[in-house]
Amino acid sequence: MSFTHHSHPDAAKDFVQNTERMKWHDEALWFVRAKRDRIAHTVPDWEELRNQASAIKQHTLSNLDVYLQQFEEQAIAHGVQVHWAADAREHNEIVLKLLNQVGAKKIVKSKSMLTEECHLNPWLEQHGIEVVDTDLGERIVQLRKEPPSHIVLPAIHIKKEEVGELFHEFLGTEEGASDPQYLTNAAREHLRQKFLAADAAITGVNFAIAETGGFVVCTNEGNADLGAHLAKMHIACMGIEKVIPKTADLGVFLRLLARSATGQAITTYSSHFLKPAQGTEMHIVIVDNGRTTQLGREAFRNSLKCIRCGACMNTCPVYRRSGGHSYHNAVAGPIGAILAPNIDMKEYADLPFASTLCGSCSDVCPVKIDIHNQLYQWRQELTREGYAPAGKKMAMKMMGNVLASPKKYSFSGKLARKLLKWFPKLSVNGRLNPWGRQRDLPDVPEQSFREWYQQQSSQKQSR
Amino acid sequence: MSRQQILDAIRKNKPELVAAPVPFQYLSMGEDLAPAFVAALEKVGGVVVILKERSDIAATVQEHYQEMTRIADFVNHPRNSNQALLHDAASIEVAVLEGQLGVAENGAIWMQESDCISRALPFITQHLVLVLDKKKLVASMHGAYAQIDTTKEGFGVFIAGPSKTADIEQSLVIGAHGAKSLLVLLIG
Repeated sequence: MSFTHHSHPDAAKDFVQNTERMKWHDEALWFVRAKRDRIAHTVPDWEELRNQASAIKQHTLSNLDVYLQQFEEQAIAHGVQVHWAADAREHNEIVLKLLNQVGAKKIVKSKSMLTEECHLNPWLEQHGIEVVDTDLGERIVQLRKEPPSHIVLPAIHIKKEEVGELFHEFLGTEEGASDPQYLTNAAREHLRQKFLAADAAITGVNFAIAETGGFVVCTNEGNADLGAHLAKMHIACMGIEKVIPKTADLGVFLRLLARSATGQAITTYSSHFLKPAQGTEMHIVIVDNGRTTQLGREAFRNSLKCIRCGACMNTCPVYRRSGGHSYHNAVAGPIGAILAPNIDMKEYADLPFASTLCGSCSDVCPVKIDIHNQLYQWRQELTREGYAPAGKKMAMKMMGNVLASPKKYSFSGKLARKLLKWFPKLSVNGRLNPWGRQRDLPDVPEQSFREWYQQQSSQKQSR
Repeated sequence: MSRQQILDAIRKNKPELVAAPVPFQYLSMGEDLAPAFVAALEKVGGVVVILKERSDIAATVQEHYQEMTRIADFVNHPRNSNQALLHDAASIEVAVLEGQLGVAENGAIWMQESDCISRALPFITQHLVLVLDKKKLVASMHGAYAQIDTTKEGFGVFIAGPSKTADIEQSLVIGAHGAKSLLVLLIG
């Protein structure tokens, strides 16, 4: 379940080898982006909703300790047990301990990016517990021993023929079958058995409400509900940033979430959990894992507003053409690229550079995170901290030196125009410049703008 | 221990208090919400039938699910007459339940635990029928949350259409893990 590459450029290079497939991936995501646009335009107060959502999150982050305590107090009052985990390891240990307490061996899990972030599955498997991911896309990637490539569409990178082969091997579907209806139905039957036999269910949390101690989980498939309602134990895992102040705030967030994610007005199921059902246990694990550090980074604090809709990925020209796995992080795309360096600057130093800074991500973000601006700021931060790629650092240093001196600048310009005329492939297509491998420069002009301007004014005077 | 550590880190790192925004001022959708509600539900694969009288419910359900025999109708029959069916909920073909409120902007229907009879029932049944009084429609999610009380019972859910997935090549497939079809009987 680990990533094959640990550098975005290397992984992207592999991804773009197959031009046809890259195009297919690009178009599949753009289709979702277009659906998002169509439905957003039918909501007359869409921009007001985004502003409201952003403001609610801003307020919540500024009072986060108070709201988390209120949430905890209310949840406990409703018979839910609340646990706190400082990091991924503690989160995993808590979950394992809870499962062991009731001797749970078979677990069904609905989508939770937090448990991906914490690598919960391999941890539980190491301890003899079977974990079945029940979201169809997640089940597909789990059987392929891959991580999800998208937070909302985990198997967006896989073709139906490949799903057909996979299901033929693991679920016994007919060889060569690739009809999505047929394959989905096979998964339904397979996973029904898992739901009915599960000892415990693990879910994520979309929103936790401080006012009531309740939490909301959104799915289209109904897998979170089947898991949670049929098992004797329900463990819900949430990052500290999932809390919102009031139930009424859900009106704002539920109107934005599915429209931004997939272009639906709302997910099929928006389930509100408050108390454990009779004879069952309900647990909530509240996880930090670097989030409090991000809260302290003024430039990157806003990334904690994220509601995990994935709109920034669907719109991103780099994500669409490089695939989710190229980000080698549980959360891919533009939002992943600003969350990941907070956890490990060295490991994820490449991600903020995997962007054109076009700003499309910020334009579609339902909680108005300034994503492209944060990408830009991460580049500076990473360079200051010494994590920028060496080639980039050297090039920037040279550029800075040249641009700081008018004399050097004018001389370099002259030199470049000469050299490029004689050796047109030198700068752009050279081995030192990966950007130029598929690109050509326009023809080199005879003179610089400065020279042209001086010429013009001397001609004018002489007239 | 980690609890205190996390809360202390938040206190140290959080920005200065920013006031909560004033409650969202939402737009109204006019008086007759039924057409928008029906359109929203049909868009997500639900089927809507408008009935004049509640006495037509049983016959309409039979007509729609002609082949099916394991029908747990909790709207026309009291709970105990369905006990045998509930005992093996996974084999229920059709469950008929009453919704509390419908949302015109997205076709979602709100139900609490007692409306679900058992929490798993609306999800584990092969097909779901929801009965809803036309007078119980609201325009948007804001209106919905203004009316419902999420603390009255241990569980509540908005259901908008049959279960679905598009996880295989973005092809929409109705009938993922939950109900394979949703029939909404709008009364009035």
